[in-house]
Amino acid sequence: MSSGHGHAAHAHRDDLGDKLGMWLFLVTEIVLFGGLFIAYSYMRSLYPADFHHGGAELNATLGVINTVVLLTSSLTMVLSLAALQLGDLVKAKAFLLGTILLGGCFLVIKSFEWGAKFQHHLYPGSAHMATLPHGQQVFFGLYFTMTGLHGVHVLVGMSVLGWMYTHLAKGKINQDRFVVLENGGLYWHLVDVIWIFLLPLFYLAA
Amino acid sequence: MIVAEGRQPSYLEDAGGKTGLMAWLGTTDHKRIGLMYLYAMVAFFFVGVGIGLVMRLVQLTTFQKLISAQTYNALFTVHGVIMIFLFVIPGLPAVFGNFFLPILVGAKDVFFPRLNLASWYFFMAGAILAVLSLFTGGGAPDTGWSFYAPFSIKTGTNVTLAVFAAFVLGFSSMLTGINFITTIHRMRAPGMTWFRMPLFCWAAYATSWIQILATPIVAITLVLVMLERLVGIGIFDPAKGGDPVLYQHLFWIYSHPAVYIMILPAMGAISEILPTYAKRPIFGYKAIAFSSLSIAGVGSLVWAHHMFTSGMSEFANMIFSLLTMLVAIPSAIKVFNWVSTLYKGSIDVQPALVYALTFIFLFCIGGLTGVMNGALAIDVHIHDTYFIVGHFHYVMFGGTGFAFFAALLHWFPKMFGRMYSRKAVYAAWGPLFVGFNMLYFSMLVLGMMGMPRRYYLHLPQYHFGHQVATVGSWLLALGLLMFFGALLWAIFKGEKAEDNPWGGVTLEWQVPSPPPLENFEEIPTIEHGPYHFPQGGKA
Repeated sequence: MSSGHGHAAHAHRDDLGDKLGMWLFLVTEIVLFGGLFIAYSYMRSLYPADFHHGGAELNATLGVINTVVLLTSSLTMVLSLAALQLGDLVKAKAFLLGTILLGGCFLVIKSFEWGAKFQHHLYPGSAHMATLPHGQQVFFGLYFTMTGLHGVHVLVGMSVLGWMYTHLAKGKINQDRFVVLENGGLYWHLVDVIWIFLLPLFYLAA
Repeated sequence: MIVAEGRQPSYLEDAGGKTGLMAWLGTTDHKRIGLMYLYAMVAFFFVGVGIGLVMRLVQLTTFQKLISAQTYNALFTVHGVIMIFLFVIPGLPAVFGNFFLPILVGAKDVFFPRLNLASWYFFMAGAILAVLSLFTGGGAPDTGWSFYAPFSIKTGTNVTLAVFAAFVLGFSSMLTGINFITTIHRMRAPGMTWFRMPLFCWAAYATSWIQILATPIVAITLVLVMLERLVGIGIFDPAKGGDPVLYQHLFWIYSHPAVYIMILPAMGAISEILPTYAKRPIFGYKAIAFSSLSIAGVGSLVWAHHMFTSGMSEFANMIFSLLTMLVAIPSAIKVFNWVSTLYKGSIDVQPALVYALTFIFLFCIGGLTGVMNGALAIDVHIHDTYFIVGHFHYVMFGGTGFAFFAALLHWFPKMFGRMYSRKAVYAAWGPLFVGFNMLYFSMLVLGMMGMPRRYYLHLPQYHFGHQVATVGSWLLALGLLMFFGALLWAIFKGEKAEDNPWGGVTLEWQVPSPPPLENFEEIPTIEHGPYHFPQGGKA
């Protein structure tokens, strides 16, 4: 969120307002995924057995590993902010970098997982997919849409945190002005929370 | 740059150090951004009007030689997309919300000025993509503005780009909502308690919440339509186990509340206008403020009344019918309070008041026909007929459109520092009012007779109704040209406006016309409610 202001006389500072804006933005993100969760719950009530079989095809181990990776990244995010508030810039930067790397790690694991599905011709539009029961087609349609959209959010989160890293290095984000980093952290935690819902709905559905 | 009387230069003269084109395209001044929205929107509005006129001409059968049935499908789609996404949804919040919300709460700007400019760029990007979708890919989309699946995922026309355009426009709307809520929470002047806020701010507040809570749903729905078309994920495709009715639900979960995004700020503007010209405090301030919130709340729970004939259960139909009728209560509260405000006021008849009263009249017809639509038995008869088209034009054009005109007349001298010719806008009112009713009341009647909407051809018994409507459309277009012509002339040649030409008491009338860059030399301290007429209405 922008905390800068156009004219000189607007150089007032209101961290609470900046955070309010961020929370409102998070509300829109929750509603965005909410639409997909509505679609998921409706489709699952239509095809309970197919969702069970579909879930069995997914690699729950990789799903759980990714959950651990993402939860750890949230921890490093908080540690980065805490270090900054205590004035330890070196630690703050290191933890922030750690968060970004863990995000990257999540995406790498995710890409292996998606790759395996593609090898088994389990993707929307494949000839094999058309032979599956309707419920499983919908299951994999939702799986790719929801984990894909989540992956896009991880990528956006990483870019935002990367941008913050440069600002941290330049001192534009510092011990006195950390609300931007805090807001970035809020976004990162939201991405994390959404994943925590995706894990049981897909990987543990079987 | 201090002018002779020692006043600060106006925002039109002082761009905060930016020059040339950047004084506009790079501005973070909420007033300039409001004007940029205004110019863009009025331009798109006239494109929409032009398409509407052509559609009316097609219904005079001789013109069907020029316009094919496929083109007609594209015309009503594009007319809907432009009018809804580029004019009525952003209409009042983006123009008057941007310009006046900060002034009305006593602030120098919105809370996130740069985000505000970004919203304008999102709006323009979405608008340009929407226009591009007409000429690229498989040709202009032909689904109707509601992009119903499964047709929207099967048609060869350029739905993907049009849907993406709507997605980008949604972003603009959402970010504006976030900005306004934060502004109202954090930037009210000292002493400006919630119940001292002008009612336009309450309306903008309620609207912003709908923008935040509903827009993401349509965003994800449109993403799903794009994914269906690009990779075939199957969620809306019955051939793959998906369900088109799910599309309708998701679409209307946003698009019904969206009509309150359109009408609530319009109602807010009317609540500013009436006390100003009646010279007395608004009747039922709190009732109007809370009715805005309850319209936003209940209005979010009525979406499935668009789907009474889509095969939902009878029980669901009954619930949604009941909830729909509940919305009439807060709407009626507003109308009764507006009318009561006029009672025993010292009414100063000015163009803005005349247009505001026209709004109330047309909105009542639109609202009451809405209650008819909400009744299950009637809806089955009139569903997908011209009655629906007539109804929503009464609400959206007679309501939001006329409120937009009234707000423009009310605030024009403040925005531009110039006065328009009262005679010219009174003269425009005649063809506007007569043309409007000829056009849309005919549609109500045609719908009752059974004329289906979106049909290229019609049976002979409907021909007279179509003729009346088409002649009405010419009068309406004439009125629009007269109206906007008068305002355009006034921007360049109008007399200098006074700071407070209407004797208003809200904050915008206490700053110069046009306001200086930062609105207030000194942030005011608020000591009483917004409609405080010291002379007891005898000003």
